[in-house]
Amino acid sequence: MQYLDNYLQSKGGYDYTNVKRNELMKAQGFKEMPFTKTGTTIVGVLFDGGVVMAADTRATAGSIVADKNCEKLHTLAPNIWAAGAGTAADLHHQCAHFNAKLKLQRLNLNRQSRVNEVITKLTSKLFPYRGHIGVALIIGGIDCNGPQLASVSPHGNYVYHPFQSMGSGSLAALGILEAKFQDGLTKQQAIDLAIEAIEAGIFHDMGSGSNVDVVAITKDGVDYKRNIRQYNAKSYQRQVPYDFPINNTPALKKYQFDIEKQELTEVGQEMEIIE
Amino acid sequence: MSGIFEYNGGSIVGMKGKNCIAMACDRRFGQQMSTITTNYQKVFKIQDNILLALSGLNSDIHTFYALMEKEINLYNLKENRKMKPTTFANLVASALYERRFGPFFVTPIVAGLENGKPILATYDSIGCKSDLDDFQVGGTGGNYIYGACEAFFKPDLSPEELEEVIGQSLVSGCDRDSLSGWGGVVYVLTEQKLTVKILKTKQT
Repeated sequence: MQYLDNYLQSKGGYDYTNVKRNELMKAQGFKEMPFTKTGTTIVGVLFDGGVVMAADTRATAGSIVADKNCEKLHTLAPNIWAAGAGTAADLHHQCAHFNAKLKLQRLNLNRQSRVNEVITKLTSKLFPYRGHIGVALIIGGIDCNGPQLASVSPHGNYVYHPFQSMGSGSLAALGILEAKFQDGLTKQQAIDLAIEAIEAGIFHDMGSGSNVDVVAITKDGVDYKRNIRQYNAKSYQRQVPYDFPINNTPALKKYQFDIEKQELTEVGQEMEIIE
Repeated sequence: MSGIFEYNGGSIVGMKGKNCIAMACDRRFGQQMSTITTNYQKVFKIQDNILLALSGLNSDIHTFYALMEKEINLYNLKENRKMKPTTFANLVASALYERRFGPFFVTPIVAGLENGKPILATYDSIGCKSDLDDFQVGGTGGNYIYGACEAFFKPDLSPEELEEVIGQSLVSGCDRDSLSGWGGVVYVLTEQKLTVKILKTKQT
């Protein structure tokens, strides 16, 4: 009965019912599986009239590549995008949550979302969790105050700067940005600079790889180029493809469930069954 | 002691084909180095067009499956209609993320057919959904099955061919993992039917 009461009263937010059990298991010596992290290189570059953001597309779980082509550029509002590094689940769910929160506010107030509003909301959410929500974001957008670019760290710190890079490949990317950034770039120059910075991250950092995604935000709209550069495409065709003969894998039993008739039958005679 | 995910062992794999999807799992249920049974179910039919495969700590597999059954039953009663596979995939992600700081030790794979189009999604233990690939793996033997899948998989396979490819990938991968194996089960779902094939493997 108490379970029912708990269920009916659940008001959303995080559920901490498993924490005690998990802590006990860790105390007994078990190690957890690593969460999927976006090892990542992400950059943002401010130019004359807008902002460009770019990201690589590799997601890692420990040293295995979990996703070869994941999306790290998320929409928070039609005029504000976020590039994310850190724990992939946190990034995905927090960005989805803020997207919905901002949309609700736009519907209530009938005003465009502003970048500083996003920064305030994000940092207010992240600070109380003391860095345990592992999101490191670069927020870029254009609003009534012009184009703006800021980065937010998992502990709730934020910095406004004309060029930013975050993630494990940030140092490689920062080298390119520090050397080649100037004020008053054009849109194409900013895109080229961002791609070059991500390239440096992809080649020098093992946590970043695969392809480059770019988004350019101006007051005329958003230009999202998914996989604008591809470095890890399969370049060979297998000469002799594997073609398995049908019904060749030996089986003990085979069943068939017909969906329309909702009937389960055992299939046996047509295939080779080894005793 | 090793990791929590290696306590019970087990491997799962899902693949997309042409208007069909396939899931396969091994059948071992163990406690570290001992094997308790060789007929443990790890792939569950949530709805006629949705399959859920779970690997990880077996008690959490059971709990998480019960939680998903409850959610889909309540949905059917409240909304008086079936749940779409993409909706279910998002539901699994949210249910896992809800327990971000006290996670279930499971790595699910969701597979379904939405208007004939195959849907396949995998998650880490806290709900990071990854649905852009044509095959997904999970469990202790997952990394070995990745290798076999990269070699054997081709896009747009028919249901019969897909059954062979996924069966061979599972068996090849599990043969290299001491904590998975003791048989395999292959589920192939098309719009018309679901076929379940229990494979014969090495008995070690």
